[in-house]
Amino acid sequence: MIKNRLKRRYLFEKIFRFMGLSAVVTALAMLAILFLTIISNGYSAFKQTYIRLTVTLDEEVIDPDGARNPDTLSSANYSGIVKKTLRKIFPDVKSRRDKRELYSLVSQGASFQLRDIIMDNPDIIGETVTIWVPADDDIDMLFKGYIKRSTPENERRVSDKKIAWIDVLLNEGAIKKRFNSTFFTSGDSREPELAGIYGALKGSIYTMIVTLLLSFPLGVATAVYLEEFAPVNRFTDIIEVNINNLAAVPSIVFGLLGLTIFLSFFGLPRSAPVVGGLVLTLMTLPTVIIASRAALKSVPPSIREAALGVGASKMQSVLHHVLPLAMPGMLTGTIIGMARALGETAPLLMIGMVAFIVDIPKGFFDPSTVLPVQIYLWADSPERAFLERTSATIIVLLAFLIIMNALAVVLRKKFERRW
Amino acid sequence: MNPNFDDIGETIGAPLLENGSAKINCNDVNVFYDDKHAIRKVSVDIGKNEVTAFIGPSGCGKSTFLRCINRMNDTITSCRVTGEVNIDNINIYNNELDVVLLRARVGMVFQKPNPFPKSIYENVAYGPKIHGLAQNKAELDEIVYTSLEKAGLLEEVKDRINQPGTGLSGGQQQRLCIARAIAVHPEVILMDEPCSALDPIATAKIEELIDELKQNYTIIIVTHSMQQAARVSQRTAFFHLGYLVECDDTKRIFTTPDHKLTQDYITGRYG
Amino acid sequence: MQTFILTFVILFLTLIGFILGKRRSVKISNGGVNKLHSLPGYYGLYVAMWCSIPAVIFLALWLSFENSIITTLIVSDLPDEMKDLPPDRMSLIVNDIKNLAEGNIVSKEPDEALKKAALHYSRLKEVAYASLFTLIMIISTVFGIFTYRKIQSNFRARNKVEKIMEIILIASSTVAIFTTIGIVLSVLFESIRFFRQIPVFEFLLGLKWSPQMAIRPDQVGASGSFGIIPLVTGTMLISFIAMVVAVPIGLMSAIYMSEYASYRTRAIVKPLLEILAGIPTVVYGFFAALTVAPFIRDTGALVGLDVSSESALAAGLVMGVMIIPFVSSLSDDVINAVPQSMRDGSYAIGATQSETIIRVLLQAALPGIVGSVLLAVSRAIGETMIVVMAAGLTANLTGNPFEAVTTFTVQIVTLLIGDQEFDSPKTLAAFALGLILFIMTLCLNIVALYVVRKYREQYE
Repeated sequence: MIKNRLKRRYLFEKIFRFMGLSAVVTALAMLAILFLTIISNGYSAFKQTYIRLTVTLDEEVIDPDGARNPDTLSSANYSGIVKKTLRKIFPDVKSRRDKRELYSLVSQGASFQLRDIIMDNPDIIGETVTIWVPADDDIDMLFKGYIKRSTPENERRVSDKKIAWIDVLLNEGAIKKRFNSTFFTSGDSREPELAGIYGALKGSIYTMIVTLLLSFPLGVATAVYLEEFAPVNRFTDIIEVNINNLAAVPSIVFGLLGLTIFLSFFGLPRSAPVVGGLVLTLMTLPTVIIASRAALKSVPPSIREAALGVGASKMQSVLHHVLPLAMPGMLTGTIIGMARALGETAPLLMIGMVAFIVDIPKGFFDPSTVLPVQIYLWADSPERAFLERTSATIIVLLAFLIIMNALAVVLRKKFERRW
Repeated sequence: MNPNFDDIGETIGAPLLENGSAKINCNDVNVFYDDKHAIRKVSVDIGKNEVTAFIGPSGCGKSTFLRCINRMNDTITSCRVTGEVNIDNINIYNNELDVVLLRARVGMVFQKPNPFPKSIYENVAYGPKIHGLAQNKAELDEIVYTSLEKAGLLEEVKDRINQPGTGLSGGQQQRLCIARAIAVHPEVILMDEPCSALDPIATAKIEELIDELKQNYTIIIVTHSMQQAARVSQRTAFFHLGYLVECDDTKRIFTTPDHKLTQDYITGRYG
Repeated sequence: MQTFILTFVILFLTLIGFILGKRRSVKISNGGVNKLHSLPGYYGLYVAMWCSIPAVIFLALWLSFENSIITTLIVSDLPDEMKDLPPDRMSLIVNDIKNLAEGNIVSKEPDEALKKAALHYSRLKEVAYASLFTLIMIISTVFGIFTYRKIQSNFRARNKVEKIMEIILIASSTVAIFTTIGIVLSVLFESIRFFRQIPVFEFLLGLKWSPQMAIRPDQVGASGSFGIIPLVTGTMLISFIAMVVAVPIGLMSAIYMSEYASYRTRAIVKPLLEILAGIPTVVYGFFAALTVAPFIRDTGALVGLDVSSESALAAGLVMGVMIIPFVSSLSDDVINAVPQSMRDGSYAIGATQSETIIRVLLQAALPGIVGSVLLAVSRAIGETMIVVMAAGLTANLTGNPFEAVTTFTVQIVTLLIGDQEFDSPKTLAAFALGLILFIMTLCLNIVALYVVRKYREQYE
């Protein structure tokens, strides 16, 4: 009797097993698709199209009185020089409309670049220098193949004329892709070719410093109290329930808290890393506490008893013996908490870290943004070049996160102890 | 006085039964956990419709050996078994054999009572349900009640048959597990120290039950208590360090053992 | 910068306190350190703690209130016509004053009043810093000297130090309570202000959500409507889609990983799944908006379906992917908590692996799994970035997954980002939504945590 049913049962077993396997494969496939999409969209942003210009630094234009006064130098008509250079390359461009189109080959950043060169070294005024300036983002996109030459002209963001000029430049070797250092050294910009993540990166670092400095000591202290000292009573119970609940409160609610308490009530500056750090501290604290408590729990009671047995006080037994043994676990938990905080976006939108900020923040109170918010901001921009930069920023962010998580894993492996 | 380990080798006594009355015949069984050699060259016969007790000090391999007989060792990935275990002259370690069928024939009762977190009824009905032993509800009821009856539990639980099995006392839980094993009509029941978690009164009840069950089933019991082995079993096998040292009629083992180790263990010099 | 100097000063005084305290205890003991009640270091620590802790607390309090007090002071000194400006204009002016005082670029050419105020501001800042500096020096020194003089050979320095440390520990653990109180208060107060303008019932039962408030009172459509039913259905729809994706895949992969997968597969696949959990939600949002939504729209177009490019389906699917590792790791814990003896019991009767899993393990683990799913729902409801980037803004009251819907979190973000009008129902509505969101997730969390806890106790 049993035998008759066996075939059906084994078939079900097979199906069930297959369902399990396909669930795992689906999850992994999602991960793979996600990574592939991001990487294939983003890798090209690490290179940028540059155009070579041979610029004559005309003293007449830059410094007519010859006094080398920094104010005069910084306000000189550099874009005029860039335009003149372009006209020299293509002397047969005559009409005003064509000229305007010609000028838009290079980025507006070209004139700033020129100014910086002069400001650094005024002695080269009057000489002729060769510089590589970033091309406009449309040209960059064309060059990287995101704008197709095969598209009809009226649907294409780059006109046939421009393509012709680019081909001329290409023949001369005056246009090529180089490593995009701007991306790593400048702040946000409306022009994709001038936009970088340095500002957001510094903002993230400042925010993380605040979060780490607050959440680690607070989290460890709370865990030590709850695990080692707290009597079993109502108060302790309330704290426990609170912590477990806070771990599951939506992050955006912490943003509302930050907005009303830190900004409105305490009057701390908007968009500042210090506020972001405070909000993220409150958010990561439960993670750190829960991990730290688990680490303390895994230290066997015999260690405490041994310390108490030789006459150490409760506090000494904890500080000298339990805490050092639990430290790797606590650090692991903290790193994981920090990794989560680094990727957090929603609460920071609430406290104004979403503003368009060009300047690189210089301290904890300067307005700034963070990497994930930068991703959010750029993801909203229509330009194709920003899409590429968004993905590149994600790659950078994910790289940080993976490094942090790997660190946590290594730490755990290294100090893992079986009692 | 330390027992002398050097002279263990061939099993002495009467491990093999003559006249082919054996239900189970184990031939040169070895068990390895990774590199650890847990069971060494054990050959023994288990008689039909009688109780065989496995005794020996902790870690001697008696439980490991017991779990070979219904291939429960399969669930441990690092475990490897060589040799033959024949039930009714069919090697259960041959490749065609179906583990599910085997385990339906060879039931097992564990050291700690492990009822499922379901009602008493569902606990017993679980086996018949998965194996499709009952065509309808009435047949299933029949199986469940008979099994509970056979396990001597029916009287105590018939009013609360739909309450969780985990709410019973330890002894009742263990009898529930026995009922659960009986419900699939096995031929052999393996018991791995079934009374070690129970008090003396519950133990006595189980022992009584074992005595009754042996009329219909072949029973192997692993036990730490020599009194228990002496009370319930017809044959006793003494294991030491993975070897089967001695196997013979229980009476003989407990009165005139041949091996010094057996004697030392039985008289309580070590173990 | 000033804060750093102050911190340094406090640290310096603390160090001096430690050294002096330690030295004094040694001196008092006359060379027989074992006559002291505690080790000399504890005496030093005791003095050091009193040098630093009161000063640090004072510094923190001062810094938290300095800004708002100074702002109030300069505002009260502004000319009368400026004082009556609405709060948002006022904050711009205050910003201008601060920028002017710090020599930054100002939004417009400063007038006399601003310049005066800026001067006033810098003077106040200077005075504040000087007095803070002096006060901290005084506090630190006074407490230091006072405790220094208490040192005697029978003084129980260690016990005192440990008591202080314990108080610090207790204080740290109350941060969690204060956070919860802070959350409740911050959303509650603003919500009450909101409900003064919009009745609670209209808010909870209204079928239309369009919070566009008029800029001019005479504008057409001046009153926005604040009925959250469309938001509730939108949130539920997206969360439901997410659960439909996450629960089966998460649960089945947890089962496969814990019951079927070989040790090596587990060692490789588990960390990969953890990566899925570690990806920031903004990345998922980008993925949803960039890849999934267009894909679904185009696929829909192929089979003749009219799919919105901000469909609930896209947001829900990606959210589901995000929650898979969450469900699977919770279920994994729950399944592993079922004792091995249950599996043995089932295998010993001759059950196959799938029968054991479905009829014994899952049934035993059911409460725990339900708890995990509830926690996952709570996460889906509170998830922000994916829906902000991939779901719509228009509040459609629909159950059609191909249409655009909006959620609580989306609305909170849109209402609070950008130009805020203080006190307008539009801004306050965000807090009322926050309150509802908090209550919903709180209930789910409490029930879920209770269920999981009860489940755990069963096997402990």
